[in-house]
Amino acid sequence: MSGIYQDMVRALAGLLLVSLVWPGMAQDLLMARSKQSFPEAMSALQNAIIKRGYRISRIQRVDVGLTKAKYKTDKYRVVFFGKADEVKEIARRHPDFIPYLPLKMSIFAEGEQTLVVAMNPEKWTEFYASPWLAAYFKRWTRDYHLILRELTDEKP
Amino acid sequence: MRYGAGLLFLLLAMTGFSAEKGKLLYQRHCAACHGDRGAGGVGVPLALESFQSSITDRYLFNTIRYGRPGRVMPAFKRMTDEQINAIVRYVRSFTPHRKLVLSSAPVRGNAGAGKQLYRKHCAACHGLDGEGGKGTGVTFSRPRDLPIIAPALANSGFLRATTDQMIKTTLMRGRQGTPMQSFLKKGLSEQQINDIVAYVRSFEKAVKRKAAEKRVHLAKGHRQPIIKVKSGYDMATTISNLQKAIAASNYKLIRTQPLEQGLVQKGRENRRQTILYFCNFNQLNTALAIDPRVGLFLPCRLTVVETGKGVYIYAINPSRLAELYNNDRLSRICGAMRDTYLSIIEEATL
Ligand code: HEC
Ligand code: HEC
Repeated sequence: MSGIYQDMVRALAGLLLVSLVWPGMAQDLLMARSKQSFPEAMSALQNAIIKRGYRISRIQRVDVGLTKAKYKTDKYRVVFFGKADEVKEIARRHPDFIPYLPLKMSIFAEGEQTLVVAMNPEKWTEFYASPWLAAYFKRWTRDYHLILRELTDEKP
Repeated sequence: MRYGAGLLFLLLAMTGFSAEKGKLLYQRHCAACHGDRGAGGVGVPLALESFQSSITDRYLFNTIRYGRPGRVMPAFKRMTDEQINAIVRYVRSFTPHRKLVLSSAPVRGNAGAGKQLYRKHCAACHGLDGEGGKGTGVTFSRPRDLPIIAPALANSGFLRATTDQMIKTTLMRGRQGTPMQSFLKKGLSEQQINDIVAYVRSFEKAVKRKAAEKRVHLAKGHRQPIIKVKSGYDMATTISNLQKAIAASNYKLIRTQPLEQGLVQKGRENRRQTILYFCNFNQLNTALAIDPRVGLFLPCRLTVVETGKGVYIYAINPSRLAELYNNDRLSRICGAMRDTYLSIIEEATL
């Protein structure tokens, strides 16, 4: 069978598949399991965040604090990120949203693999009625999905 | 002819499609918790032969549809039946297993006698009232007593998905490769096992009562997404009052920083938006053991913001965010955290 047909049909099937898997089944927490070990997944996460145009503002080393306080834990970090102009604008127009800024994702080791967890920005539409903010939520949701997808090897 | 070949190919692609779809749906919605091929994680393992041989497809379907309220496992309410069936087929492909054929007849037993047996043989793992073991699945991120956490039995999702005969099968056979043993082998008679099944069924009443209490609790002001309190003091005094109140409440102040730190050039940050991070490591450790994902909202944080209208103290509302985790134990801790936030703020704004 000719290669071009095969490619076309595959592309079509792929498209159909994506549309079937996606339909608004939002979970409140977005999660991704990476097959990489913690240090590799950590740098992949930071790169994926930066690639979407954000700046990493801080990395909270939760495990280090816990270990110092004599608790046992595996690697656990929280990555904070944002865009300066975005944060400024939202803080000015919607100070009520400040408690959720900057954006963040947590990342922790699970055996040889790594989990990344984030609040689904779509969830904020239930918290804040503002259409102005909703535009941000929508974009962040898309960015979060793209970021998390870089960590799994899911290829639709 | 050419069209024929294309059509044929489309058909072929469509048959492989359902399997492919189940896999994709599983990867997107389940793998983060249950592992890529069901090895377990935040969720319990799904690939064990002993598990697969003691449940029906219907059980899998209903577990996905109704979840396990209050026990991390989400309900996938918006999936179509077809999507859930695709996931069920994919989960079934993890391990070769025996097909379980069971009658739908209820198991008759004495729930009173079952209660005594339950307390003796089951409560240590599944909880005195069937609330399930502490923590989640087989998460490796912290130390734990059992390799797999015992699921909740007094749970509307579990009771709805399972049948009497399925519970009985699990008790008779156990689940090899997990801490759940065969109670026939451990010396209980079939009648005693029937009594326990009757007792587990009787959890349904307690479950309904609990759900009603939860609705009342949610109606009582735990729904706001944030806490916001006006301070009568200026920015600097408010911050210093908060620092004192945090220390007085047995928390360690981690740092005080501008909201914009790390986002704009150092020294250029807007000082009228200041974050205070603080922590109680014992509390942090407890919360992470219940669900490691809760670290997303820890350590504790208060933000002081000066606007044209005055100085305000902001916090997330832990009670509202608890809803993201579907975990009753965590919800209780979050309720306590909300009280802590409120009392610290109150002390600082007196
Ligand atoms: C040593 C701890 C332990 C004891 C004791 C124990 N269980 Fe379990 N039980 C487990 C674990 C762990 C699982 C999960 C097994 C798996 O992952 O398939 C389980 C699974 C089950 C299940 C299946 C539930 C589900 O959601 O898959 C039932 C029903 C059950 N146990 C009932 C009982 C009863 C009734 C008793 C007392 C007669 C009992 N168990 C005693 C640890 C225990
Ligand atoms: C956020 C984590 C999480 C996600 C996502 C999740 N689960 Fe679960 N799942 C759990 C936990 C935790 C339990 C055990 C509940 C308990 O302890 O009472 C569980 C239990 C189950 C059980 C019952 C196992 C048993 O021994 O009877 C099945 C079946 C299951 N999940 C399938 C799925 C499928 C399929 C998906 C995707 C559609 C999924 N889960 C998504 C965490 C999760």
